[in-house]
Amino acid sequence: MNTWQQSKITYSWFGKPMSSDRKLRTFQYRGILIKSERSRTETCIQLGEFILVEGENADQPFVAQLLDLYEDGAQQKHAVVQWFSHITEIPQNKRKLLKREVSPQEVFFDQVPGYDTDIAVETIIKSVMVIPLHLGEELPIPLNKEQTFYVKQSWDGKCFKDLSPDTFCKLKEANKKGGGIPNSSNSFIPSDIISPLKKETERIVRSATKPKNVELEIESKHSASKSSLAKERHSQRVANGIKTPTARKKLQLNSPTRSPKGRMRGCEVLELLDDDCDAVAPLEPSATKRKVKFTGILGSPPKIPCANDKSKSMFDTAEHWQRFSDTIRLSPYNKVKDSSEKAKNLSVKDDTISLIGHQELCSWSPVLTPRSRRICAQKTSARITEQISILNTLELSQEEDFLSSSDSSYSSSSEEEEDDVLCTPEKKTKSSRIFSTPKSSRKSSFHTPVKTLKKTPLPGTPKTPRNATPEIPRRNHEAQKPASILEEARLRLHVSAIPESLPCREEEFQDIYNFVESKLIDGTGGCMYISGVPGTGKTATVHEVISCLQQAAENDDLPSFQFIEINGMKLTDPHQALVQILELLTGQKVTATHAAALLAKLFNTPGPKRKTTVLVVDELDLLWTRKQNVMYNLFDWPTQKHSKLIILAIANTMDLPERIMMNRVASRLGLTRMSFQPYTYKQLQQIISSRLNSMKAFEEDAIQLVSRKVAALSGDARRCLDICRRATEICEFSSQKRTPEIVRMAHVTEAIDEMFSSPYINAIRNASLHEQIFLKAVLAEFRRAGVEEATVQQVYHQHIVLCRIEGMQSPTISEIMAICSRLGACRLLLVESSNKYLHMRVRLNISQDDVMYALRDE
Amino acid sequence: QHRHLLELLKRTTVHGESNSALIIGPRGSGKTALLNHVLKELTEMKRVRENLLEEDCQFFLKNNFLSGLLQTNDKVALKEIIRQLHLENVVGDKVFGSFAENLAFLLEALRKGDRTSSCPVLFILDEFDLFVHHKNQTLLYNLFDISQSAQTPVTVIGLTCRQDILELLEKRVKSRFSHRQIYLMNSFDFKQYIKIFKEQLSLPAEFPDESFAQKWNNNVQHLSEDKTVQDVLQNLFHFTKDLRSLHLLLMLAVSNVTVHHPLITASDLHEASKQYRMDSKANIVHGLSVLEICLIIAMKHLNDVYEGEPFNFQMVYNEFQKFVQRKAHCMYNFEKPVVMKAFEHLVQLELVKPIERPSVRAQREYLLMKLLLDNNQIMDALQAYPNCPTDVKQWAASSLSWL
Repeated sequence: MNTWQQSKITYSWFGKPMSSDRKLRTFQYRGILIKSERSRTETCIQLGEFILVEGENADQPFVAQLLDLYEDGAQQKHAVVQWFSHITEIPQNKRKLLKREVSPQEVFFDQVPGYDTDIAVETIIKSVMVIPLHLGEELPIPLNKEQTFYVKQSWDGKCFKDLSPDTFCKLKEANKKGGGIPNSSNSFIPSDIISPLKKETERIVRSATKPKNVELEIESKHSASKSSLAKERHSQRVANGIKTPTARKKLQLNSPTRSPKGRMRGCEVLELLDDDCDAVAPLEPSATKRKVKFTGILGSPPKIPCANDKSKSMFDTAEHWQRFSDTIRLSPYNKVKDSSEKAKNLSVKDDTISLIGHQELCSWSPVLTPRSRRICAQKTSARITEQISILNTLELSQEEDFLSSSDSSYSSSSEEEEDDVLCTPEKKTKSSRIFSTPKSSRKSSFHTPVKTLKKTPLPGTPKTPRNATPEIPRRNHEAQKPASILEEARLRLHVSAIPESLPCREEEFQDIYNFVESKLIDGTGGCMYISGVPGTGKTATVHEVISCLQQAAENDDLPSFQFIEINGMKLTDPHQALVQILELLTGQKVTATHAAALLAKLFNTPGPKRKTTVLVVDELDLLWTRKQNVMYNLFDWPTQKHSKLIILAIANTMDLPERIMMNRVASRLGLTRMSFQPYTYKQLQQIISSRLNSMKAFEEDAIQLVSRKVAALSGDARRCLDICRRATEICEFSSQKRTPEIVRMAHVTEAIDEMFSSPYINAIRNASLHEQIFLKAVLAEFRRAGVEEATVQQVYHQHIVLCRIEGMQSPTISEIMAICSRLGACRLLLVESSNKYLHMRVRLNISQDDVMYALRDE
Repeated sequence: QHRHLLELLKRTTVHGESNSALIIGPRGSGKTALLNHVLKELTEMKRVRENLLEEDCQFFLKNNFLSGLLQTNDKVALKEIIRQLHLENVVGDKVFGSFAENLAFLLEALRKGDRTSSCPVLFILDEFDLFVHHKNQTLLYNLFDISQSAQTPVTVIGLTCRQDILELLEKRVKSRFSHRQIYLMNSFDFKQYIKIFKEQLSLPAEFPDESFAQKWNNNVQHLSEDKTVQDVLQNLFHFTKDLRSLHLLLMLAVSNVTVHHPLITASDLHEASKQYRMDSKANIVHGLSVLEICLIIAMKHLNDVYEGEPFNFQMVYNEFQKFVQRKAHCMYNFEKPVVMKAFEHLVQLELVKPIERPSVRAQREYLLMKLLLDNNQIMDALQAYPNCPTDVKQWAASSLSWL
């Protein structure tokens, strides 16, 4: 939505410059005029007022107080702000310090030093109210929660403090000033929002009769639930689906307060709407802006009928829904009217409905057993999905003309969820578990509502994959603890076992650490390219560095940073990299091209409150595309002034930049290179012994043998550990009866042989007689023709000759073909595709000497 | 081998250790059978333990069976995995979402588990070599990577018949694979083969009609000592050690058993083996018309003269014309279109194969062809061909006889 607003809004200064600084060529202003073209209104925001600033996330704007406005020499409009933090902006682990539950409307006076307080004026969305409160005070019941925030405490990055009386007064002052003085002739309500229309209607509503008030309340509650849901979602995202206790707590915290209201609201709306439909009518002029809200309300009445439907099965639901979808296609005004009329209809049609419906709703919550409630809810949710899809298509078609497609889908998805909150508060009170119940993708709820209806096992919020919590079922038995010393050793030797430290990589560790640390302290960006053959500990070292840095950041030795990791192998397509980065950064899920645009915007423009980002790109070579735009972008961002992006790129080949990258990409990658040499045998030896950690499971010589063998081949630590593990198994195997012994040379040799032996000779020896003869025939034919290739026909003749010599029955062509294909399947022979029959060409996949050797021993 | 695999799987389930292994062996060497056997054994053990613990829990080993032939690309395979794991974005039997979403989802799911608490997952990749050809080997990389890191315990078992499978793996995938290879070979000798033959053919003890079972088994015992049967089996054994072909042969033989002919005889087996070893192309020749046979013979002569160089219809027709002119009395002189028709029939039967695809420009008469039959085959087929004119036979025996 913001992008849309932004495109339609012009910013201009309010009044003449207050003062100017000759030296810096800056002009300071008293206020700023925001002109929205669409609604043809102007809003003036003055110094000291509170504003919403565009954040990384469209639905999570930042809150700030405007301190200064100026224009610099380049005619850029700037603003200096005092930040306020949302609870979601505070790191998970610090939230515990608060020791209380925080309402989504509460913000914290931000005193974190790292954030940039100088922002571009264009990022200001609108003004809001921020009311300072004392710590003990309850939040007053708000009129419109969306535009009002409360501040109780300040946050300086480490701990929460009470507001000092000074700041408290200042904030209060600013609030009064903002609220009191009409500062613009164009806008009715000074301090508030960008669209006076909204405000206007609200005032009308407020001054109107009582039922209308109730309606307003619903609206406000509605918006409250919307924003809190957004918060919830955000926190979920922050937790990245790990379901930390905090996230869960938040959920519960939100639900109890909301649910009683939610329960009431349903019947209220029903009653209210049918005797109040003409009261709604005056609201018609508020046109499209309000439409969104009405559809929200619209969402609620149908819920009751369907709940009743379910419990009483009185209505022909299909017909009902058909009608509903018909009416919903009308203009916003009609929509409201119709739905209220329908609500009336319902109560007329069935006299008992409001009564029983009421009862139903009451009994719905605590009285019903969870089981029936669930069934009930299940039905509802199915209905809801159906309705949502209707709503959404409607939304889409109507908003298409002024919203970009992705935006509209976004808004509709939030709509979707918002509807659902309205309808299913009860479900949430039950337990937080339901929140994490199966979600089919959103697509399914769009296109196959019927399927969802049948198949979703539990009621859920809209089926977006975003909310799905992938999880492997828990195991029923605890994993057994290792019993013997060998098993213990094997556990430690598993590649996955995380060693306390990485031996033999101290130098590399220090280099990378220094690099990242210096960039972090400078607040600049940079790239580093790390190469090395597989199994030399590149990724492990980088991870170790990051965890060290995170530790340091936690102890406030370093500015905090955000850590993102992508792996080229775990992506299906190079362009997915950008999508994944964006998702990890902000939690948004968009298409690849859109992600690229958003990320470019994010990194190229001076954003407010940007933390340094450390991005680890594993398996870089797989991000190669023909135009290399993914790589180009990746390495271009760190060179931007404001990006604060540090990239650690990991790949196997040392000369990757020269080989596959274009010049402009390679030059952006920079010259900071590091290569991981393969481990030498001494290092491997050290790794094994450090892993074993003074356990007496291996003979010294055995370890040395393994490490020498592997070092000679590849220097792959993984291979080394695997051999050791296999050796322990063999050892265990051979000494089952006797007392457990330690791994000796013999075991290690056996393991090595097992891993490195060539299977071919063994395979030939175990082949059947004719297969062997065929191989001989192939050899003979090669010798005769002098070419290492022959057709089956030629080999066949040789074969027959050989069979005659051996005095055996000669096979038919079909049999020869079968033999040939069998050998081909084992890749002893390389065979052409078989449709050439006799003219199929045959080659040996192993050396002739090997075949001779294997066959001679018979 | 059996014990090795059993140990491996047991450790995954009991200790939550991640592993990867490959089972390599030629076709019909019992790779899948071995695996199934081990799995069954494992289930039984698990059951025992569960009974001891008196828990009514479901079998906690998730078993994924993927076949390279069915899962032709990573996308399909991934969906199949998710479906088999019953993860949460499964609606019914369908998996929604894009490939990228699914991959991220699966990885997320597997990452969440840790060694001690999540239930182990066993991935079985049948026809492993086909997975290797998937783009970037993404699936394999991820599976092996999981098996090498402290995530949900998984065991990846690949079944393949290719001996050179390791060379097909990309280097980083290879590095993550634990290099456990279990080789299966058909390393039994002929005595064991006979024993297997007896076991396969004997009726089990729980067969309802006991007297018949005894009679049958005695017969089988006799058969296994019979000379001709042993010859048949020996032939087959020399030909292939694959047990599946033995099954096929026995199947052919046993299908002859009727109420009036209750026991298999040696001749049955012999017949079956004959049927089994039949040469398919030569059989086709038996059904050809005399004209077509003549054409084939003409082609054979061309092959002899030009040493296997390709020929076209015109050459064959000329050769045929020469023969007809010589022995015009016994052969009706067919028109050229008729001969052409016969020739095309041969092409359709794939006894003759064009070297290149037929193009629009080239005339059909001049398309270069190759004969897909060997001389021996042709001669054999002619011997068995009923009512073959002697002239034709003579002509076949020697291309110069008519001169």
